[in-house]
Amino acid sequence: MKKVIVVGNGMVGYKFCEKFVAKEGSETYKITVFGEEPRPAYDRVHLSEFFESQDAKALEMAPRSWYEENNIDLVTDVRITDIHRSKKTVTSANEKEYEYDYLVLATGSSAFVPPIKGVEKEGVFVYRTIEDLEGMLAYAVKVKAENPNARAAVLGGGLLGLEAGKAAMDMGLEPHIVEFAPKLMPRQLDSRSSQVLQLKLESIGLNIHLSKATNQILGDDGFITGMEFGEDDKLDVEMLIISAGIRPRDELGKTCDLEMGVRGGIVVNNKMQTSDSNIFAIGEVALYNQMIYGLVAPGYDMAEIAASQIMGNEEALMPAEIDMSTKLKLIGVDVASFGEPFMPASKGHSVIFENKTQHLYKRINVSLDGKSLLGGILVGDASDYNMLHQVFLNGMAIPEDPAQLILPATEGGAFGSALDLPDEAQICSCENVSKGQICGAIKDGSCEDLAGVVAATKASTSCGGCKPMVTDLVTETLKSLGKTVKNVICEHFEYSRQELYGIVKAKKLTSFNEVLDACGTGQGCETCKPVVSSIFASLYNDTPNKEDVTQDTNDKFLANIQRNGTYSVVPRIAGGEITPENLIVLGRIGKKYNLYTKITGGARIDFFGAELNDLPAIWKELIDAGFESGHAYGKSLRTVKSCVGSTWCRYGLAESISFAIELENRYKGLRSPHKIKGGVSGCIRECAEARGKDFGIIAVEGGWNLYVGGNGGATPRHAQLLAEKIDNETVIKYLDRYLVYYIQTAAPLMRTAAWLDKLEGGIEQLKKVVIEDSLNIVEDLEKEMQFLVDAYECEWKQAIENEDAKKRFNHFVNSEDRDDNLVFVPLRDQKMPKLWEKDVKGATL
Amino acid sequence: MEELLSKYKTVKTDDVKVWFKAASVEAFPIDGGACVKYKDLQIAVFNFSRLNMWYACQNLSPEKQEMVLSRGMLGDQKGTPKIACPLHKKTFSLETGENLNGDLDPIAIYPVKIENNFVYIGFSE
Repeated sequence: MKKVIVVGNGMVGYKFCEKFVAKEGSETYKITVFGEEPRPAYDRVHLSEFFESQDAKALEMAPRSWYEENNIDLVTDVRITDIHRSKKTVTSANEKEYEYDYLVLATGSSAFVPPIKGVEKEGVFVYRTIEDLEGMLAYAVKVKAENPNARAAVLGGGLLGLEAGKAAMDMGLEPHIVEFAPKLMPRQLDSRSSQVLQLKLESIGLNIHLSKATNQILGDDGFITGMEFGEDDKLDVEMLIISAGIRPRDELGKTCDLEMGVRGGIVVNNKMQTSDSNIFAIGEVALYNQMIYGLVAPGYDMAEIAASQIMGNEEALMPAEIDMSTKLKLIGVDVASFGEPFMPASKGHSVIFENKTQHLYKRINVSLDGKSLLGGILVGDASDYNMLHQVFLNGMAIPEDPAQLILPATEGGAFGSALDLPDEAQICSCENVSKGQICGAIKDGSCEDLAGVVAATKASTSCGGCKPMVTDLVTETLKSLGKTVKNVICEHFEYSRQELYGIVKAKKLTSFNEVLDACGTGQGCETCKPVVSSIFASLYNDTPNKEDVTQDTNDKFLANIQRNGTYSVVPRIAGGEITPENLIVLGRIGKKYNLYTKITGGARIDFFGAELNDLPAIWKELIDAGFESGHAYGKSLRTVKSCVGSTWCRYGLAESISFAIELENRYKGLRSPHKIKGGVSGCIRECAEARGKDFGIIAVEGGWNLYVGGNGGATPRHAQLLAEKIDNETVIKYLDRYLVYYIQTAAPLMRTAAWLDKLEGGIEQLKKVVIEDSLNIVEDLEKEMQFLVDAYECEWKQAIENEDAKKRFNHFVNSEDRDDNLVFVPLRDQKMPKLWEKDVKGATL
Repeated sequence: MEELLSKYKTVKTDDVKVWFKAASVEAFPIDGGACVKYKDLQIAVFNFSRLNMWYACQNLSPEKQEMVLSRGMLGDQKGTPKIACPLHKKTFSLETGENLNGDLDPIAIYPVKIENNFVYIGFSE
């Protein structure tokens, strides 16, 4: 087995592994990866997101388990210090020696720290790793405690510097950008676009200082207090983030005498080989064409070439011309440049559109004959970037008046359809996916929708910039095949759930047959019937007792069906608070009906194995003892989980139990497109795991923070902050609006997290609707919620008090007998259903 | 288990030897189903009132061998009346017993007739 050692576990090092193991024959190689950071490779491009999420895991390229599953040895927190080319080994800082057949250097780069006097002071950081960020965060807390108006400066107004400026802003410090050149992003932007960007950034609170050469870093007792640019030209700052460029981490190359560039970098040929043919270099450490490429896409291409070459594919070569086009969102501002952004007048003409009032700048450069696009710059709105970039890459014809390419919204746009692109057009440059691959995945039937195409091709999974174009291609291809792209409920209704909700409401329809006759066809089915029932429940608070035959089985029998056709019983225990007396009642009932008993994840008690015939009797006893339905069976509010809060906890800031109980009782019985869970935590220790819920409320100094759109389940999602430091009344007001808005507009079986993802504009849009009332609907939303709250009735109480409603719980219509097909087996002092036949083999109990 | 499944065999109207008087029409919910006990058999009977039709089939889900089909939801697929099993929404034609959204074995279908406001199910023995 041949040994491949990869030094460096950053984005490019990881990508090498991913590409390598995907190749046929890779199982005859053993890969060992060394990373000097403590964690597996993460997405450095989106580093500033760490300040919002503070969740390092969310940035991971792949979890540690991925390396294991692919038989890759991942060694983190270990630095490789030497390469011994003659014996083909490397040694690590802890003096272990490892053999290789092929060595791949993906050591990346480090931040360049200019030799300024005082740069060693405390409070001076570089912006490169998660550890750097953690250091900054801790320091920011310290300086803010001493001075609430503390300032942070960023040295360098390039791409990363502006990202760091956002980081400073997110840390609650007054942000200042200090740039040596007379303009921002000097490498990507011309002067005019740079001014437009500067105006925009200043409007959102960034202070920008251009043409400043820093002479020294000022400070007392070793801590930074300011920067000095010249005589009497100073800026007081408590923190400095240096982002003045990168330097290749090429020290390994130097020490083993590989050919190096004059200004650093390990020289490679178009096979990514260094001067030693068994050693490859990729990413920001590699000097190719006398250049270091500091972008992800070329790094990924190099990873692919190196992987192919090692596997013996000699034809895989790096192209001589590398596309340096970029598009990114800087602090919410679109910035993009492609092809030749600056162009001498001798080569072509420029068409420029500038609107400083809206912070917009667009420039395209066209050839002298006016027939082809050579490059351009976009600031403020880069929505045309993907199309322009493709026109440039594929040398496509441009309109006679090239201005049409950038002028604001012409009818239908100047581009025509994304489908006009040639099949070989590269749509996703990070993952190197062509238009032909994307459309082909739909055409050959292997994928049916966007999610399928993304999973199969990996398009848009890295930087995400091409997502709109991938979406367009998938939609257009589906349309061209005559497939409906419209999100209809099923063959009986040509409407989305939201549309149907509107129709039912407007026409005041009240039974399933009425709805079917009014706007559907055929007899209905198991998909549309529950949707219509849920709409009735959301509009009129109709319980399933009203029309039980159109309910899912769980709603029909007000209990969760289990795998042997028996049911479970879950009474409401609001906020998880229960008296010893009530616990005894539950114990007595569970024992009497011989029910398997368990505490649920939502902090309540679940009885299993109840036979259909027994459900009304069990519930009668529960209701007589003061319990009510827990709606565990419904697409409705389940629980509002709580920690004990200030009632008992020595850290608690507010009474989380009382508030959880109040909220659970307010929203109980609320039917919705999917289940809803809530949580209330009494402090930021977050013991109620509120941010894993559809709504989560966390006590902070000065009120509650309200989070929405979280869930656990198959795709766990942290809830996002909707409002800060609000009082109980405001929490309820915003929750009412949010929940009704979700209920009205979500697709069937769509949790709030997925809904919020799909909502155009996401959380910011939701804030506009719920808090600022941008749609002028909050009054209606509140009214609808109040109606539903007032109309609440316990549906189990309704069921047991009505002899007709009770009839459906008889197993037979013509006999008092029970289902004799049920077989239970013992399990740890309780019981369980006999295993399904095919599961008996290999079962472990 | 095989034994349990083998008790249920489709009966054609021509082969009916016994018309079993199950219950009055009102005992069955409109556009819904209920389960009838006949000897040691469990039969799901559906009052598909929207189509003005009655259907009967085995109550046994052929997928997981549980007695639950009568608790499922009625509907149609491109005009074929069907019943959806409440456990995993497997659907079966009420005309032929065929599994419409999978490759499970077909379920047994029984003839139903209504006389003097009573529901009768046809058996061959």
